[in-house]
Amino acid sequence: MLDKALSGSKTYWGWIVFLLAIIGAGFLFYLQQFAQGLGITGMSRDVSWGFYISQFTFLVGVAASGVMVVLPYYLHDYKAFGKITILGEFLAIPAVIMCMLFIFVDMGQPLRVLNVILHPTPNSVMFYDMVVLSGYLFLNLLVGWTVLHAEKKGIAPPKWIKPFIYISIAWAPSIHTVTAFLYAGLPGRHFWLTAIMAARFLASAFASGPALLIILCMIVRKFTKFDPGKEAIQALGKIVTYFMITNVFFLGLEFFTAFYSAIPGHTHPFVYLYVGLEGYSKLVPLMWISSILAVVSLVLLLFPQLRRNETILAIASICVFFSLWIDKGFGLIVGGFVPNPFEKITEYWPTVPEATISLAVWAVGALVLTILYKIAVSIKEASGGDAAH
Amino acid sequence: MAIKRREFLKIAGLSVAAGLGGFSAFTGLRSGILEASQYVRDPKELKASRWGLVIDMSKLNQEDIRRIMDVCHKKHNVPAIPNPKDEIKWIWPESFEHSFPGQESPYMGDAIKHQPYLVLCNHCDNPPCVRVCPTKATFKRADGIVMMDMHRCIGCRFCMAACPYGARSFNWRDPRPFIKEMNPEFPTRMKGVVEKCTFCYELLAVGKPPACVEHSNGGIVFGDLKDPNSEIRKIIATKFTIRRKPDLGTLPSVFYVVSDKENKGGHEHVG
Amino acid sequence: MYDSGKIIIGIGIFLLFVAFPFYYTAIGKPVVKPDPRIDTPAIQAMEKKQCVESKNAMKTLHMQMLNDWRDAVVRDGQRFYVATDGKTYNMSLQNTCMHCHSNKKKFCDECHNYMAVKPYCWDCHIEPKEGA
Repeated sequence: MLDKALSGSKTYWGWIVFLLAIIGAGFLFYLQQFAQGLGITGMSRDVSWGFYISQFTFLVGVAASGVMVVLPYYLHDYKAFGKITILGEFLAIPAVIMCMLFIFVDMGQPLRVLNVILHPTPNSVMFYDMVVLSGYLFLNLLVGWTVLHAEKKGIAPPKWIKPFIYISIAWAPSIHTVTAFLYAGLPGRHFWLTAIMAARFLASAFASGPALLIILCMIVRKFTKFDPGKEAIQALGKIVTYFMITNVFFLGLEFFTAFYSAIPGHTHPFVYLYVGLEGYSKLVPLMWISSILAVVSLVLLLFPQLRRNETILAIASICVFFSLWIDKGFGLIVGGFVPNPFEKITEYWPTVPEATISLAVWAVGALVLTILYKIAVSIKEASGGDAAH
Repeated sequence: MAIKRREFLKIAGLSVAAGLGGFSAFTGLRSGILEASQYVRDPKELKASRWGLVIDMSKLNQEDIRRIMDVCHKKHNVPAIPNPKDEIKWIWPESFEHSFPGQESPYMGDAIKHQPYLVLCNHCDNPPCVRVCPTKATFKRADGIVMMDMHRCIGCRFCMAACPYGARSFNWRDPRPFIKEMNPEFPTRMKGVVEKCTFCYELLAVGKPPACVEHSNGGIVFGDLKDPNSEIRKIIATKFTIRRKPDLGTLPSVFYVVSDKENKGGHEHVG
Repeated sequence: MYDSGKIIIGIGIFLLFVAFPFYYTAIGKPVVKPDPRIDTPAIQAMEKKQCVESKNAMKTLHMQMLNDWRDAVVRDGQRFYVATDGKTYNMSLQNTCMHCHSNKKKFCDECHNYMAVKPYCWDCHIEPKEGA
């Protein structure tokens, strides 16, 4: 089926070359980082995780959100999602690949990364994270590929794949729960030490992932003859709406606990992020953009009349995506490190090499996504777009 | 992968046999090697069930603190990196309000609030850094020392996020250019690994006290916290001591005797 | 065979690529047989020129031995090695091995370069000062 990715329009090849150029630029900066160390990033003794790990965290959510189309289709026989389950699964694959790359570029000694397998340590959440992420990548490759292959041949998917599909449905929330546990079990990091962390992660994932999928569906429809269908997109819109509300609600709970209890350690990170602490306020504008985008998206999503208009739904989806990208892909991680264990403040901002490497990882994801979508859409176009059962 | 010593010796015997090409040599050397070689400890080694420190702030002045920090950092080839972003430190002064956040009050005099305390790895009995390390690069020894195996560290920095005491430093760059005089008896570190105080395990192994204790003029006492007759236990039993962030349940092994006056001799404050 | 021309070119390129290490070495610098030296003052002063274990054991197993030593010292806190001949050694690359083998360039690098292995020992362990 890979041959489908080797023939395409000028636009397709132009896009591929563009992505390769970004990857090349990022790779050059990575060579610099490899030679000189992580000192070329904005991270510091006090803010020891930055953009890389926060992007990883955000993308685990995107990967997990594939379950939002797989579950209704396979467990509730929701036919409208039949056409786009493959898009959900094929979004999860590049998302997991990006997660792994972000972890890799964050390693101080990347060549020793296999020590995690050589000296398995079950008391470390990171060990489980490696296990669940690799497992999820495997499941999505297996299920997506097998189902698509069957569709290409015009036959129903083989029966043996069903258990793997059910496992992948249960697996999806587990990957994001484990990722939340990376943070939620650390004594002394008040901002992260919250039982609701995993739930919040899942809510924001199931809002941002489907929002991205809506945008991707629309792009696919614009550039190819494959139409994911109005109903499927509207259903995704509803999912985004409910989970965005849940996410904002959960964030509100965090605010309540911090400020009503008024425990300084709990309030400080929030104060730092939203209004600035002791004159340090680098992240304040970003967090407010995130909040405004969240409010705008909720207004657009809450009213069905508005949401039904696909242009408005697209705008709302973009708002949701970027709001959560800022909140989880930046603020959440940096906020955990400010103030530091001495109640002192060191601010963080990514450097140009760091940002370029991150962009290149996103470009790798976009490249894998493009290739996978190209294959899937070519087969969908040939088979008339219906799932084969 | 580590070979078992038995295996090592077997291979050693075989290779010797191959080298000499004689079977008699093989049997002779083999039996000799198998029985003879082993790993041992120095009989002078200082042992404990759980090492701990008492830092008596009433006995340490600015000069003592600086000297202790210098001695430790020189001995362990800790680089002096000017950019605070990339800083590496094993033992250093922090003011009272920063060492014990939440314990300060607005009515405290500046002298007490800003009085420097020596901070370092607490060698916790329940160390979060050890719990989170995905490769066992940081681990707790039987004697309570929280050790770092720099050979194994992958530089994920999970331990830095987990440590509530900010005791850990990461090598953001090659540390060597920032080491003025290298101590040829101790290794440096390489870029990309995490480091911290190791309770001078290399000195204890040959029967010497940790460097900070030795150079503290009696301001720092070390000993076995599990031994009720140890000097350290006697101090903790009779003087009022505090630990950093005890509410987190990490059970630090470093105790502080709080000084109710400004440090003797010095008026310099740390911010 | 369809596209036989393309396939043959493809195979050609593949072979060229796979054989790269061979012709890279062949065309590169002349291969000189490694000749590690033990002529350091410390070793010259020894009555019996004997390492921790026999020469052959050291030759084939020093890497595993160092690996075991570092685990014994760093992880198990066992500092000393009683050798086959009963002598006790401090298990320290920097303070024991390199004390005798103070000629890292002629002793370590000679073979390591020849074998194209790059142990990262010296990223942390301080190499002895050499005249040359």
